[in-house]
Amino acid sequence: MTESNIPSRKRRWEIIMLVSLTAGILWTIASRVPSAVGAPLSSSPSPREGFLSPDFTLDTLDGSKVTLSDLRGSIVVVNFWATWCPPCRAETPALEKSFEQYRDAGVVVLGVNLTDQDSVSEVNSFVREFKLTYPILLDRDGSVGTFYQVRGLPTTFFINREGIIRTVVVGGPMSETFIRSKIEALLKEGE
Amino acid sequence: MFPYLRLGPFLLQMPLLALLVGLWGGLSLVERGCSRLRLNPSIVGNIISYSLAAGIIGARLGYALEFPSLYLSNPLSLLALTLTTLSPFMGFVVGLITIVIFMQRKKLPFRPTLDAIAPGLALFMVFAGFAHILSGDAYGAPTSVPWAIRLWNEYRHPSQFYEAFMALMVFLVILERFPKPEGAGLNFLLMVALSSASRVFLESFRGDSVFWLGGFREAQVIALVVLTISFYWMRKWVTPDPAASTKAEV
Repeated sequence: MTESNIPSRKRRWEIIMLVSLTAGILWTIASRVPSAVGAPLSSSPSPREGFLSPDFTLDTLDGSKVTLSDLRGSIVVVNFWATWCPPCRAETPALEKSFEQYRDAGVVVLGVNLTDQDSVSEVNSFVREFKLTYPILLDRDGSVGTFYQVRGLPTTFFINREGIIRTVVVGGPMSETFIRSKIEALLKEGE
Repeated sequence: MFPYLRLGPFLLQMPLLALLVGLWGGLSLVERGCSRLRLNPSIVGNIISYSLAAGIIGARLGYALEFPSLYLSNPLSLLALTLTTLSPFMGFVVGLITIVIFMQRKKLPFRPTLDAIAPGLALFMVFAGFAHILSGDAYGAPTSVPWAIRLWNEYRHPSQFYEAFMALMVFLVILERFPKPEGAGLNFLLMVALSSASRVFLESFRGDSVFWLGGFREAQVIALVVLTISFYWMRKWVTPDPAASTKAEV
């Protein structure tokens, strides 16, 4: 018997490899989605990275209203917080500094207070204490927090100019460097 | 999905917990694999620990390099305990380089060491699948199949479960074959090949793929390249079948 008649292990492996590779290439070609290039991951809004940010309208502390979708074209940092939450207090100065530094570049910081777990008078004191200049929104019934699946405070969403959530940060406190790096990344997206 | 567990003032990240359990289980298996292949388990364990530490440092430095002025003005931010300021690619590269350097310095045999690592790495991949189940990451594409799960406002392929199941299959295959004398390093290559093949197949059901020009899915193309490379090295490393050689000589 010659060696060519014997299906050696190496030959069997080679056939398996060739078949696997061919199947893999064909499967890859078959599962192409040309229409998905550059499109958002989903057209349905959801509070997670890669998805369109769910819209909301809330009262601000000074009595006006803010609608998230009206801010399309701006980079938006949505920070859910409460006055009793220590890491929220710790990261507030960094948020304020970042807002002051980037507001002229089209960056908006929205501080969404979970007012159902807080009180407006406490919020007012907090704003005065930290000399906050970014808008503070009042989620009086907690519905926006629930819709954004806020499981712990603080929770922060970094949203790009198209309204797509790029980063979700659960917990804190975030440092100023961290916040600025996320904003810089979003600013670079538009270049 | 069960991403967080609140314990008083603390928020326990369940996916991270799954990864840590996977790391612990994987390291235990690596130790056993070393003993069976007559390698020094403590040296291999140390190398893995060093490479993990180096990988984390590399991942953080890689992220900082993207924003040099920010980190230069506040270097202490490099020590921040957050997972969202890491560069996974840089972490992988630095971790890999660390492994290679330490293996050379400790004069560990390259291919048997890879074989010793294979079952542990395969087990870790199973737990990475569990971590995705807990976090809801690596989610599936919208579908109407009867076994679809409701996630992120749509019915989707339970791609995290597919991933964990396939990783479990790969782990069982590697465990069953370990250690076989067809050629040193083959078990590791087989694990890489099976994992790549499963990624090529499963990526089609994912809803979070990154798409390249022409609609090709990035992960599928990379997995195909890795599959091809692992096949090439398997072909080179496989030893001749003794039975076949004997028959051929008759």
